[in-house]
Amino acid sequence: MSEQVLERARESETRLGIVDCDIHPMLRSETALLPYLSQRWREELTTNGLRTRNPFVASYAVPKATPALSRRDSWPPSGGPPGSDLDFMRAQYLDPYGIETGILQVLIPSGKDQRNPAFGAALCAALNDWQVAEWTAPEPRLKASIIIPAEDAEASVAEIARCAGQRDFVSVFISARTTEPLGRKRYWPIFAEAERQGLPIGIHTGGSNGIAKTPSGWPSFYFEDHFGDALAMQPLLTSLVLEGVFEAFPGLKVAMIEGGFGWAPSLGWRLDQHWARMRSEVPHVKHPPSHYIRRQVWFATQPIEEPAERRDLRALIDWIGWDRLVFASDYPHWDMDDPRLAFKIALDEAETRAVFRGNASAAYRLA
Amino acid sequence: MTRHVVASVGEIPPGGRKLVAVGGRSIGVFNVGGAFYALLNRCPHQGGSLCLGERVGLVLSEEPGVYRYTRPGEMLRCPWHGWEFDIRTGQSWCEPRRLRVRTYPVSVEPGEALVKGPYQAETFPVTVEADYVVLEV
Amino acid sequence: MTAPERDADDSDQADESAARLRALKPIDCDIHPPTPVMAELLPYLDDHWHEVMVSRGIDGLGLASYPPGAALSARPEWRGADGRPGGDLDLLRREALAPWNTRLAICHCLHGAAAMFSEDMGAALARAVNDWVAAEWLDREPLLRASILVSPRSAELAVAEIERCAADPRFVAVLLLAGGEMPLGRRAHWPIYAAAARLRLPIGIHAGSDFHNPITNVGWPSYLVEDYVDQAVIFQHQLLSLIGEGVFTKFPDLRVVLIESGFTWLPAFLWRATKEWRALRSEVPWVDRSPAEIVREHVRVTLQPTDAPPAPEDLARVMEQIGAERLLLFSTDFPHWQWDGGAVLPAGLPARLLPRIAVETPLETFPRLRHPAVPPRAPAIPIEGFAP
Repeated sequence: MSEQVLERARESETRLGIVDCDIHPMLRSETALLPYLSQRWREELTTNGLRTRNPFVASYAVPKATPALSRRDSWPPSGGPPGSDLDFMRAQYLDPYGIETGILQVLIPSGKDQRNPAFGAALCAALNDWQVAEWTAPEPRLKASIIIPAEDAEASVAEIARCAGQRDFVSVFISARTTEPLGRKRYWPIFAEAERQGLPIGIHTGGSNGIAKTPSGWPSFYFEDHFGDALAMQPLLTSLVLEGVFEAFPGLKVAMIEGGFGWAPSLGWRLDQHWARMRSEVPHVKHPPSHYIRRQVWFATQPIEEPAERRDLRALIDWIGWDRLVFASDYPHWDMDDPRLAFKIALDEAETRAVFRGNASAAYRLA
Repeated sequence: MTRHVVASVGEIPPGGRKLVAVGGRSIGVFNVGGAFYALLNRCPHQGGSLCLGERVGLVLSEEPGVYRYTRPGEMLRCPWHGWEFDIRTGQSWCEPRRLRVRTYPVSVEPGEALVKGPYQAETFPVTVEADYVVLEV
Repeated sequence: MTAPERDADDSDQADESAARLRALKPIDCDIHPPTPVMAELLPYLDDHWHEVMVSRGIDGLGLASYPPGAALSARPEWRGADGRPGGDLDLLRREALAPWNTRLAICHCLHGAAAMFSEDMGAALARAVNDWVAAEWLDREPLLRASILVSPRSAELAVAEIERCAADPRFVAVLLLAGGEMPLGRRAHWPIYAAAARLRLPIGIHAGSDFHNPITNVGWPSYLVEDYVDQAVIFQHQLLSLIGEGVFTKFPDLRVVLIESGFTWLPAFLWRATKEWRALRSEVPWVDRSPAEIVREHVRVTLQPTDAPPAPEDLARVMEQIGAERLLLFSTDFPHWQWDGGAVLPAGLPARLLPRIAVETPLETFPRLRHPAVPPRAPAIPIEGFAP
């Protein structure tokens, strides 16, 4: 593909006004959340602290490749970790790339994974308030996702209901690794409420559920662990389909974020093949699985697939559907995608508009 | 190709680097064991600021569990996706034939030669007593 | 439960492919004899274990991954009169060997010996299963070969069983379950790979789980169909482990066969694994070439289930992406219900690949297939240096 063609594509993307479905804001420090917590939970946070099913006080179970999981040039000069300084985020990312809308996905701390459920719920509410106060209110380009304590469906429904009225929130956030596959009935009240509110569920890779990172036990290396997070998206989506979530909630929209998308076509083929033969076990799944996926699921583009032959990237997207992809950068993480250069194939005008903007409008409650 | 004075030798000690803007490009000049190398500050993968990355050694292994740490400071790891590049050649370690970052010839010239010119308009103060790093772009 | 409607053109093409397959006399790399019940294994247990099984009433050790009555476990016409998947030897000959003019078929006996928590009981049962396979199947049907069932919980005991069975050249591979207790690349498993590589036995990783961990890393699915679809991801994690832990660096002669794993997920998996390697290589510096290269050299995959895209030309593209002429091994997966009628070959499988898939790649992958079958109960003979 010629340099000129790619250069033109990049320029048009910048003029376009990009919708980025995955930007990670960070607390400047753990004390940054204190103003949003009641006295009881301030005490908990400053004494016992965050407690999940990870073995360490302040490290991921498997150490990441870079400090704060971030690209090394994203540490704000003002201090604080990458993603913690709005001005720096504007200067380094939002402004130069022409980001019109950036959807926030708050990974840390994880309210859902707290072993103290009430504390977890309080953290979620605090993070939601923090998103509005310090990010979406001062910066209209940024939109928030409602963080919920997903293992507690009732508390989650309450939090969605509390936040949904604020248009700053455009989706509900759940991290992929729940203690049961996400399609299980215990999570259905969340889907009901999200559908009722017209909010998609943005499922983001990650989370710690206390279950081995692979179905055959715990791996040794980050090389396995990192990819293992993306692999979780497949059984998760399989569960949503085969438990009948899409059949029961035809208005529910789901975005799968930071798992890439290359796995989606073959999973669809495999699901269709075996559903066809074994469907009497799941009579509530009335249509082929791929039908539901094409109807209600979107895939964020990051980390973009890098096939050996570039035309295979186009084949992948043809199989998934050009209306199914939503651009995501994952700023400021180390494996983020640059919107101008991530696609190593040239997209035509319609494709560019769809992937970088239009599809997100269909998936998310924007404007 | 034009020659640009970009630093005095003393500015970039062994293990050091300097980022310079020359001819509309951002270029990193590195001192590896007393010799100078220059790389375009743009990773061929996705355009990351390669020259801001860590200088690391090259870890090799013929056997799982054995970590043979070689060539300290001679590899540049892109601050984005962590790709390893040989500072001397600009080649990516994982795909040396297919992927490399643009390199530029670098030489060291004594000040007394440089004061006579001609060199690019980006002014760099030179004195006859010192040696300077000269980049060809 | 029928396959999608086929028009006249499709049928003609299918008949032509079937005829071509029969002419090649294929090697079927994945069939299953019925899972033996305890009564069938008792004659193959020593006095101690015989008494243990009888006294404690131990039975029902078929793997929960394949409930006998489930559609997955057998096509209706591939069950015995009592409904048993795979029936008996007559049925296997008639339904698995005869239709394709099969020259050799590799049996993988899926039995719960592989899932036992007691290392000793697991090893004893695995030994009994392997002896049962040899006596009841290999001895009675010269077209059959088999994999060596082991329990991976004790590498030492597994190695002893591999070496014991390897004396019989009709055992052509080692059998491990995809879903286990510890990722297969972990160093605790390495004595198994050392023995297998030395004895020219590929490691066969077969769909199914020992249930020592949840079927997925997001917990336990509700449905059997869900378990089964999720098997493909189990294989992906295992491949990552084998690659990342450096098993193929440590054992350059080792070959791994993914059995009943599906293969259409492989291209995207390799692209992503290679992407990870470019970024994270220095953490696993013994991974000295891209995962795509490693898999191309060391890993093979059986044909069924095909998990094919609906358009035949798309399957052809996927096959190009994986290098099917080197990677794919013909299999029927008898008696598991993966296809209907005679449609073992998916539409879109390029005919020119058939000789490779049906004969050449299997012979290369299982080198012991070239060895003539020896009479049963032959004295143990050294394997090193035997002439193919």
